[in-house]
Amino acid sequence: MAGGALGDLKILEFADFISGPFCAKVMADLGAEVIKVEPPEGDRARRSGPFPGDIPHPEKSALFLYLNTNKLGVTLNPESTTGKKIFHQLVRDADILIENHFPSTMEALGLDYGSLSQINPRLVMVSISPFGQNGPYRDYRANNLVSMHMGGIAYYTPGAVDNPETEPPLKGGGHQADFVTGIMAALMGLAGIAVRSLTGAGQHIDLSAHEAVAFNLMRDISSFSYDGVVPSRLRSQSRGFGNFVPCKDGYVQLYAVDDRQWKGFVEAMGDPEWAKEERYANAFSRIANWESLEKNVAEWTRRNRKEDIYHALQSRHASCGPVNTVEEVLRSGQLASRGFFIEVDHPKAGRFKYPGAPCKLSETPFRVLRPAPRLGEHNEEILVERLGYTRQDLAKMRASDAI
Amino acid sequence: MKKLPLEGVRIVDFTQIQAGPQATMWLAVMGAEVIKVESRQRPDMLRLYGQLRDGQAGIGLNRSSVFAALNLSKKDCTLNLTQPRAVELVKKIVGISDVVVENFTSGVMERLGLDYASLRQVKPDIIMLSTSGPGRTGPERSYLAYAAIIHAFSGLCSLSGYPGRPPNQMGVMWSDVLAGQTGAFTVLAALHHRDRTGQGQYLDLSMSEATLSMMPEAVMDYTMNRRVRGCEGNRDDIMAPHGCYPCRGEDRWVAIAVENEQQWRNFCRIIGDPAWSREERFSDPISRWRHQDDLDRLVADWTRTRQQSEITQTLQEAGIAAGPSCTVTDLLEDDHLQERCFFCEVDHPEMGRAPMARPPWNVDGKAFGRYEPAPLLGEHNDYVFRTLLGLSQDEIDRLIEDRVIY
Repeated sequence: MAGGALGDLKILEFADFISGPFCAKVMADLGAEVIKVEPPEGDRARRSGPFPGDIPHPEKSALFLYLNTNKLGVTLNPESTTGKKIFHQLVRDADILIENHFPSTMEALGLDYGSLSQINPRLVMVSISPFGQNGPYRDYRANNLVSMHMGGIAYYTPGAVDNPETEPPLKGGGHQADFVTGIMAALMGLAGIAVRSLTGAGQHIDLSAHEAVAFNLMRDISSFSYDGVVPSRLRSQSRGFGNFVPCKDGYVQLYAVDDRQWKGFVEAMGDPEWAKEERYANAFSRIANWESLEKNVAEWTRRNRKEDIYHALQSRHASCGPVNTVEEVLRSGQLASRGFFIEVDHPKAGRFKYPGAPCKLSETPFRVLRPAPRLGEHNEEILVERLGYTRQDLAKMRASDAI
Repeated sequence: MKKLPLEGVRIVDFTQIQAGPQATMWLAVMGAEVIKVESRQRPDMLRLYGQLRDGQAGIGLNRSSVFAALNLSKKDCTLNLTQPRAVELVKKIVGISDVVVENFTSGVMERLGLDYASLRQVKPDIIMLSTSGPGRTGPERSYLAYAAIIHAFSGLCSLSGYPGRPPNQMGVMWSDVLAGQTGAFTVLAALHHRDRTGQGQYLDLSMSEATLSMMPEAVMDYTMNRRVRGCEGNRDDIMAPHGCYPCRGEDRWVAIAVENEQQWRNFCRIIGDPAWSREERFSDPISRWRHQDDLDRLVADWTRTRQQSEITQTLQEAGIAAGPSCTVTDLLEDDHLQERCFFCEVDHPEMGRAPMARPPWNVDGKAFGRYEPAPLLGEHNDYVFRTLLGLSQDEIDRLIEDRVIY
């Protein structure tokens, strides 16, 4: 994999579930060598699914398979003396260590930055934790749900509610906090490598998932601080989102339209008389009269399918999005023409379509050259071939629960 | 001051609104010299938010708080790109730069003669990042995309509403957020590659694709099981209780996630071991998950009479993940965020100082990065045209008169 953009980097991943593994995945898919250290019982994502046929199996979790492409997998119990020794040997060779354990756990294991930087002063250590390495919440627990809520994004999701008593704030689909934390960690890890090339020294990066989420409210924080604008989650004080309009087979998302888009919009609807009314004459009046406008527009959309509305509007430079299910987005002609979804074959799980690269790089594309490792798949390759242990050593380590 | 990673890297920034500016703000905070190219005739749309609020056209372009939030530490020059001489000047800047970032609709850079093929003639190892909704190839490449539209298109809305109810939106421009971070990451990867090999490249970032790359559970439940997932609300695939529950006060909520059997027992103890908690339907994780409608109602009965802070502290002390659903003001008043210097204050020449969210970049126990106020429109024209490009005052005056620098 030396051909990728990050082909010269060696990454050690000691991370669980999503944030840390996603951070290492985007680097692995760009060519970095990633050695993933799992505890003997395996990464939690192996138990999380979804699984083919809903039958749980540690080698068949979709989440795990997706997050761990291109990695070499080693099992290690860092609580054991041998396990810790091997961990140190792996740290010695690593450019970046990615971990997402509690600060207190890493200290208890003797794997804190202070200790590891003595073994490898050039090490860039990326620590991801729920609330960071210091501060009053340092030892608080959180998962994706709690991070989305405490980070403030959930309070403003879905963005426009009618009855705040029965409609709680929402986390949004999937594990958005974990993923956004993972990609930020990757960004900071590469920044650490860039600093190291200037100074020769490693560094300890402290990323809090709480802050990784909260940062993305920067617009609302700033407009509150400077202008005193208190953002609301009530539809009556709508932030301009949530304008789903029903159509024949679901919904379309429309957007407050400027004059140029409005022209295309009216043309797509077949130039109806109502569109010429004074109250729809400009962008401001259209926003002010959105309620009646939406009713009129819905007359047209209800007679049409979302895919047809999408193309009819967008081909006339009016913005619109079909509210797709995942099944529908998998059929998208646009994504197919760009080859976004990829098929990956795994010896235990089989061949499935995975989401592809988050970005297309012309010279050094994201590539999946090997599927996610089976539990301990590369123990021998790493411990015997690289670190020089014998097969008998390995047998002893297995017996003593070190690997 | 410690060395910043992108010292000596120059970036020409044509981006506006959020996805592009969020990417280049990371790069600016990381030490790159980011030169934003705008014009009076086409300023970054976010500047207009300030203009609307002031209610007087024309005086607000430098007073937009949302623009200030997404453009920390950047420089700014104004060039009217409808003029061929402006395009020539842009090419001169590109000639002494490392990276170009843009998020126009497809076709705009080509029409201006500033597409990757043209810029590569000027600077063979240039790295160019184009951020768009659909991406720069394919039948829908010229389609317009705002975050709300990408959320709908990508299927994120179909997962994001209340269980059993129609799809719903994300509350912020989340696809822009994902694309912003992804864009900054790929630029760093491309710079790393260029420094090793001398090779530049073109980065074609689709917001839809970046979003889908972060929702594999739903995508692969379909590709594995042909299951179309619906709205999740605050629920998890495995854990229950896992939700957002009402607390004392107006519109106050607490998120609680009970991860395993041990935590469940602790949870029951804290809520006073009510009789219902021993019922058959809540006796094991699978039953609890199956009966979570009922479970959520019962948990809410307990939370409703208590304060957010009390619930958070009691549950956290018992090792259960819990915390308030925070508003903007909650965040600003949060001691933990204060102590970690999550907010930064910079002295903006027209708006002064106020706390803003800072990229959460902490290194070796301290806030890291360079934090300067967002630029005024054209604030660095003199630096760019005289210092960098070496134009004389006469030349600059003529360009201003001809509305090339505008």
